[in-house]
Amino acid sequence: MSATCLEIRNLSAVLANGQRVLRSVSLAVEPGEVRALVGESGAGKTMIGKAVLGVLPLSVRIVEGDMLLEGENLGRLSPKARRTLIGTRTALIPQDPLTALNPSRRIGPQMTDRLVRILGWNGERADQRIRQLLEEVQIRDPDRVLKSYPHELSGGMRQRVLIAAAFAAEPRLIVADEPTTALDVTVQKQILRLIAQLQREHGTAILFVTHDLGVVAKISQKVSVLYAGKVVEEAETAALFAAPQHPYTRALMAATPRYTDPLASLKPVDEAVLAGLAAEIAAADRAWRPRHG
Amino acid sequence: MLLQRFLIRLLTMAITLFGVAVVVFVVIRVAPGDPIAMMLPPGATDADIARLRALYGLDKTIVQQFFIWLSGVVRGDFGTSISLRQDVLGLVFNRLPATLELAIVALLMAVAIGGTAAILGARERGTAVEAGIDIASGTALSIPDFLWGLVLILLFGVLVPVFDISGRVSPQLDLPFVTQFYLFESVLRLRFDLTWDLLKHMLMPAVALALPLAAIIAQLLKQSLKEVLDLDYVVLARVKGFSETQVILREALKNAALPTLTLVGVQFTFLIGGTVIVERLFSYEGLGNMAIDAVINRDLPLIQGIVLVFALLFVLINLTVDMMYALLNPRLRHG
Repeated sequence: MSATCLEIRNLSAVLANGQRVLRSVSLAVEPGEVRALVGESGAGKTMIGKAVLGVLPLSVRIVEGDMLLEGENLGRLSPKARRTLIGTRTALIPQDPLTALNPSRRIGPQMTDRLVRILGWNGERADQRIRQLLEEVQIRDPDRVLKSYPHELSGGMRQRVLIAAAFAAEPRLIVADEPTTALDVTVQKQILRLIAQLQREHGTAILFVTHDLGVVAKISQKVSVLYAGKVVEEAETAALFAAPQHPYTRALMAATPRYTDPLASLKPVDEAVLAGLAAEIAAADRAWRPRHG
Repeated sequence: MLLQRFLIRLLTMAITLFGVAVVVFVVIRVAPGDPIAMMLPPGATDADIARLRALYGLDKTIVQQFFIWLSGVVRGDFGTSISLRQDVLGLVFNRLPATLELAIVALLMAVAIGGTAAILGARERGTAVEAGIDIASGTALSIPDFLWGLVLILLFGVLVPVFDISGRVSPQLDLPFVTQFYLFESVLRLRFDLTWDLLKHMLMPAVALALPLAAIIAQLLKQSLKEVLDLDYVVLARVKGFSETQVILREALKNAALPTLTLVGVQFTFLIGGTVIVERLFSYEGLGNMAIDAVINRDLPLIQGIVLVFALLFVLINLTVDMMYALLNPRLRHG
């Protein structure tokens, strides 16, 4: 059994004004496993992904906790060593393919730059690798795509390019930050299927951030439900859907539209549930004393 | 399509220059001061005055004078300087290279200083380094170029005399140059002894002109960089493992440079305007220094010639900026 791919222990983060945005988050991602992080906007799910990749905004400060990437404690590494480790072992599939590519650089160099400049491959090998991945994401005319500027491609094409680039360096862990949210509904399904397929073939672990329980059910083996920066429930995906334990998880499921009768089935999260959560979080915050700050 | 755009552009330039010519022509004739009165000794008779006036064509109406002058300009004849009694075009072309060299060196310095400060400030955003850059650029910006000239003369001309405070080149030197671009030619001829002498004269006026522009570049480019550094593709580049400096140089700089480029184009024309006073301050033998003499002497043809050349420069700078804009932004290239 190899080391746990990603382990987060007791991670807490605050804003400049002292407000907690992550509340003692713990979770683990085993090699080759897809772990979904689900919650409403502002629940801190994207923040966890950014914390792992070392790209938190300047306004957010980690005050407590450890993050271990394949056993290496990210907090104990020098900034340069951490950067290199993250660059070689992880990748990001971003939320919005329209803004995640540099508008003034051609696609080709944007896809190969990590392989050449961080992993030290020669140009030919990087080019071959990228073409292979473009084929895997079903891009039929790689020559044209590699020579294009981002604005010459559609949103779906750009997300395919970003997925190909993410898998190209064979990372151990991919953080997928709502990778289908910004896309058309018809494209969403294809992209999701593509990520699932590449994940299986490459055996890459994915931390999959989403607000969509439908996506969670399709792609993940395990799931952590977040509310206000706190993990309120975690379980195997199948078990969670069969028997949600926490009232908030049940409320979240009730708030997901069903195709048979969308309006009737749609219920906002119950006030009593939210009040219970608020009390739970307030109690946790009273008990919590950060080690520094 | 491209040709059409180019022709429209050319036409706009011609109209602009015509407008400038009309305004200058009228204003310097309506403004008080009589070139003829300045040429004649006291006690000249009315007949003398009338004769000289007729000689320079100043007895005709302004409209007549304008079209006589314009028909000359179209043929490349800008008239004869009243005070120097030489061909205006020859005088202007003799002085223009000195001013261009000064302006270009100042621009390069401004871009180098301002660009470095902006990149450093963006990399160290939120730290004391950024605060220091803000204070320095605020200071550089709030002092105008001619005052910087005086400060530099005091510091490096008087207190610690390392630079020459007057002229373009030491007069005792033997100059082998065939063009008026002394500095550029000295480099091409590998006569670095002369390059050094020229730089010793040029550095202080160039720095005086460059500092305010450098400050503008530092502030604007740093702001644009900081905005770009929050964008998704920059975050993605950090995840790829690139350092903050690599991220700024490879991903952010080109996209952040567009607003700065536009402003630098506009500000460069101000910088060239600034050469008039700064050249005077350092007795630098350029076009601006000659412009002041021309105004003092009410040398109408020379003023017209100089202003028209300045206007042509401004128009060409704007054209260059637009072309560079298209070069930096692939979306404009195909659009």
